[in-house]
Amino acid sequence: MLRRTMAAEKPVDTGGARERTLIARIGKGESSLFAELVKPYERRVYVTALALLRNEADAQDVAQEAILKAFTHLAQFRGESRFSTWLIQITVNEARMRQRKQHADLFEPLGEAPGEEDGAYLPRDFADWREIPSEALERSEFRAILSKALASLGQKYREVFLLRDVEHMSIEEASQALSISVASVKTRLLRARLMLRDALAPAFTEGWFSRTPFGKGSKPW
Amino acid sequence: MVVNCKQVWQEVSNYLEGEITPDLRAAMEAHFRDCKRCTAVLDGARNVIQLYGDDRSLELPAGFTAGWQGRLAEHLRGSSPRGTVFGWLLAAAAVALISGSFALARLDVKSVSGLRSYHAEPGTGVPNEMMVTVSADGKTFHVPGCRFLHKHENENVRLIAASEAIREGYVPCVRCLRQYLSR
Repeated sequence: MLRRTMAAEKPVDTGGARERTLIARIGKGESSLFAELVKPYERRVYVTALALLRNEADAQDVAQEAILKAFTHLAQFRGESRFSTWLIQITVNEARMRQRKQHADLFEPLGEAPGEEDGAYLPRDFADWREIPSEALERSEFRAILSKALASLGQKYREVFLLRDVEHMSIEEASQALSISVASVKTRLLRARLMLRDALAPAFTEGWFSRTPFGKGSKPW
Repeated sequence: MVVNCKQVWQEVSNYLEGEITPDLRAAMEAHFRDCKRCTAVLDGARNVIQLYGDDRSLELPAGFTAGWQGRLAEHLRGSSPRGTVFGWLLAAAAVALISGSFALARLDVKSVSGLRSYHAEPGTGVPNEMMVTVSADGKTFHVPGCRFLHKHENENVRLIAASEAIREGYVPCVRCLRQYLSR
């Protein structure tokens, strides 16, 4: 069973009032409180940068820059969205700027043919997934498989999947953060989920848990 | 209403979001009862969402918190916009933050038994809670993974808090911890 309710999920305003108070105090000069404001979201900022840039060093750098930028532009935060959404949006923009500088589009996985986004994505694998034990996430090899599969998605699918399914933004928030329509978010989300399912299915249906850790090309000594 | 496999695949994501009409939901549920392939697609998509939605799926690297907090502190030290009340308040807060952190650092250095290297700068600027690696014979402490950590073969590397490393007399690596050094 899914841990979160998918249907009409609305973010719960936990600590919203506390955040507003912190932001007001920072605006009045208590800058040192900014670290307290950002700390609960630092993981989300880093994960966003990592999923977009697919490189740990760049992700750390961009995440730090995004946090600094949020600090220097805090006066522009009007409270129309959640602070976390605003912060993630800054991170997405910073990561995109870094990608442009590095011409990262040259190294993106091959996407679909033009116009294919609106077309049907057909699942390739129909094997039953065994239920994944929650403890599996404690294992670094398992997490590496997840990271690799996510990195294999094209940029536009990675962005949408990241914001909705990793960052738990609503579809509307994701559409605002990426400046794309709600319909595009839904279409890309469907594709991303099905592509990830296809990418991960062999690992889960062929008994990944019992396989030897030595893959092709690596030596057991 | 009856739906085929292709229609189910196109709506499986909206089904999981709860964003479909009651009629379509009923038709899809009827389809899932009879179609193993579509049930496999649904279960797989649901697993994907559950796995990536778990906080443990993507890790925060060691030293990340100390990294951005260090950069923020550095920014506060360096920025002093002139002519605005906010600017002066910002500067005052920065001074308070810096002097506070130095006071804390001095508290730690007081208990240092003796530095392992007298030529090096003590690690007063390194955040106390930052996790660092040290080797028994080494003089310096490092960010985990730094290739300048000196260790003998088969020697265990210890992962300890920076404050503990400073207490034991280790000094910061000038390469991986450069951002915390004043010279």
